Amino acid sequence: MTAAVFFGCTFIAFGPAIALFLFTIAREPLRVIFLIAGAFFWLVSLLLSSLVWFISVQISNKESAAQQKGLLIFGVVLSVLLQETFRFGYYKLLNCSDLHFTFSGLGFGFMSGAFSVVNILADSAGPGTVGIHGDSQHYFLSSAFMTMAIILLHMFWGVVFFDACEKRCWWAVGLVVVIHLVVSCLTFQNPDYTATLVPAYVILFGMGVWAFYTAGGSLRNIKLCLTCKDKDFLLSNHRPR
Amino acid sequence: PAPGLLTIHEETHIYINLNETFPCVRLLNATHQIGCQSSLSGDVGVLHLLESEENLDWVLRTGPNPPYMVILESTLFTRPILMKLKNGSSRVAGVLAVQPTSNPPEGFSPHTSCPNENTGVYSETYGPSYAHCNVTMWNPLGTGISYEEFDFPIFSVKDDNDTEVIRRCYMEHNRAVNGSTPQYPLCAMQLMSHMAAVTDTATCMRRNAPTFSLAPDGVCDPLGDANIWASTKPLNSSTKGHKDGVSVLDSRSFFFDVAPGADSAATGLVALLAAASALHNATAELNRTILYTFFNGETFDYIGSSRMVYDMAKNDFTVDLDNIHSILEVGQVALGPDSRLWLHSDPVSKRNSSVNVEVQTLVSNLQAAAAGLNLSLGEPNVTQPLPPSSFQRFLLERPIPGVVIENHQTSFTNKYYQSMFDNAEYLKLNYPPNLTPEEQLELVTDSAKVATTVARGLYLQAGGELAQMSRIQADSELVSKMLYTFLVRVNNSWFDQLVKSDWTGNRPTNFYIGVTGQYFSEPALMVQCILANLTGSIANITEGNCQDKKMDKDENMNKDRDSFCVRSLVRQSKALSPAFELSEYTSKNYSTWAESRWSAIKGRIFLVASHDLEMLTLGVGVGVLLMSLLLTYIVSSKADILFSSGREPTNATY
Repeated sequence: MTAAVFFGCTFIAFGPAIALFLFTIAREPLRVIFLIAGAFFWLVSLLLSSLVWFISVQISNKESAAQQKGLLIFGVVLSVLLQETFRFGYYKLLNCSDLHFTFSGLGFGFMSGAFSVVNILADSAGPGTVGIHGDSQHYFLSSAFMTMAIILLHMFWGVVFFDACEKRCWWAVGLVVVIHLVVSCLTFQNPDYTATLVPAYVILFGMGVWAFYTAGGSLRNIKLCLTCKDKDFLLSNHRPR
Repeated sequence: PAPGLLTIHEETHIYINLNETFPCVRLLNATHQIGCQSSLSGDVGVLHLLESEENLDWVLRTGPNPPYMVILESTLFTRPILMKLKNGSSRVAGVLAVQPTSNPPEGFSPHTSCPNENTGVYSETYGPSYAHCNVTMWNPLGTGISYEEFDFPIFSVKDDNDTEVIRRCYMEHNRAVNGSTPQYPLCAMQLMSHMAAVTDTATCMRRNAPTFSLAPDGVCDPLGDANIWASTKPLNSSTKGHKDGVSVLDSRSFFFDVAPGADSAATGLVALLAAASALHNATAELNRTILYTFFNGETFDYIGSSRMVYDMAKNDFTVDLDNIHSILEVGQVALGPDSRLWLHSDPVSKRNSSVNVEVQTLVSNLQAAAAGLNLSLGEPNVTQPLPPSSFQRFLLERPIPGVVIENHQTSFTNKYYQSMFDNAEYLKLNYPPNLTPEEQLELVTDSAKVATTVARGLYLQAGGELAQMSRIQADSELVSKMLYTFLVRVNNSWFDQLVKSDWTGNRPTNFYIGVTGQYFSEPALMVQCILANLTGSIANITEGNCQDKKMDKDENMNKDRDSFCVRSLVRQSKALSPAFELSEYTSKNYSTWAESRWSAIKGRIFLVASHDLEMLTLGVGVGVLLMSLLLTYIVSSKADILFSSGREPTNATY
């Protein structure tokens, strides 16, 4: 749809992620490394799930639409499970602090977002928009918003997952996996974009709150920030190193 | 699959590609560029189906969403409409012309009304009163649009399912109902046919040179191919007084590579081929040699004939100009209901009495040849010049006596001269639809009167006896098969026997000359093979030895049977204009036509969104980016406070 749509969708999809990268990660090389390591782990998980998918498509009956749809669902579920497995593997392998785990979550998110949306962005740069076969016009916009949600979700899942692993809180780990599955399966509702985006953003908000509390936030802290009493708080709570 | 989103193939959901399109391409000569041009990445325009000439107002002035891609039905593909679109080209993105299912009854000729007027024999120095069609306008239906320049792409499509999709897209999205403006998203089309060459031949040939680094591959190629010629006896330099039977091998239309050329090329060359076959057994007793010559590129200012005459004048050719006794050219010879043909001759050279005598002998021989064949031959009753014919190029060098056989007395009777409608339907080659292609091939559609007349005329001219003339008869089955091959379907069992058929198609021959390259054009190859088979003899030699023999041999391969070797006297000669040999790219005497190069030619349709929606998307994106930058900055600067409960400050964990 031309350059305007291309840049608009890119900014929507990657805006928050770029902002986070610029302000929290870009200054410290170690954080960048953790980010890239996270992205790499996600890529490996995708490679494995793609391999399984490719083989199963080859041996399946290409004519049967129902079988292909079933295969697609199986592929998505397998991919989600593999991603979470690799997140766990990352945790075990790197044994780092929670903040670095946030960055790996962001790395996961970046890569996932890139794979979801780069293809779509490339097409959005052309002169045409979706719709000649009757599909909805808002394909590009909703893909971009969905990608933004997924990138942020990956980051929140990273935070919660690590904390749950540290505290051996396995039900929380399971819940993260389940929520990831739910979000991925939401996309099967496309092209009913409302049915996909609204639940996704609700879940995003919920995960955001959960991650905030897990990371040490509380309502009190927010109130303190907003009413600018922060300086006093710091002074009064200052502990000697 | 990328987890998170279903991978729909976006490309196929956005674009529908046009499958079979015929573009209009750019040709250049010494002074002009003609044809069409698109921008480098293609031109995009909102579709508009033109309903009438008045509807042009919407496209050119009132329509709210320019530029428009205009769809023209065949009745509206006329000069006035195209000129108006050309003048309003800032609002016109391109034109899509829909081919009609049958030929337009009123005629259509995009060629000029006076073909090849600057490269014929008539000029200020030779018959000035006859120059520039002063006496007879040869192609009165000619609109000249093939020689206009358009700065938008023009494509032609058949009226089939794909075109129906385009019309439906227009009806659903673009139609203005009762004066209201159509709402976005609108159906649009992109046509890509970017031509590399500009201005004229001299410019593009200069840019072809390797030193011009911006276009290392070249920007244009000269038009050219091969002439096919054969003699009835082996030639040596002492033989004099050849009779030359001449025909034309090429044609053109407004669109690239579309040139059915039925009347303008096929009828003449089939008649000459059949005549050559009829004379095959009788030429031994003749005291003069007959040459059969098929010139290529005559549509484009006599490329083939000017080259052969140039070579002859330079003594670079096996035959000398002085050794040609007379010329008989077979032009457009599709017979009308009255079965009349006309013998045109040059009034200027006939002022010389010896030439006049020879021409009269030729005319009377031809009339004798046509006797008893239910075909009347006459001379035009007005003093008029020769019609556009290859013979004119010979007259430029020597006053050779000659006659051009045509089916028109004054102006052309061909209503579709050099257009895509000069096809089998125009010649009324009606094959009943329930016949298979093989049965259609066997159907005798022609009586071979013209071919027999040409054969007998050449026989008498070459010294044959009148009494023996009647045994020379062209085969009507052969003529019908050749017409079928050239005009309906090249890939058939008869042609299959003559030549290996992996390059033939299930469609008529394309008579466009094309550019000089490693491959010869289809008609040249076909005529060479057919002529070799009809005038040659099968030699009992194996395949390997066939290529080694010194005389010009044709080795013909056959799909089903073993290949066989044919010994014949058929040769090719280069049909490239002398202007390119001499590097005189601004020559006024010789053809300077060249064809531009291009990278991709394609078209596709899709929906476009309104500009406002696009800007809104960009705005939302920028807004999201700025908001997230702001929020992240705030959060990260207050991170100590926000994430402090029950946690060590992050600095301590390094």
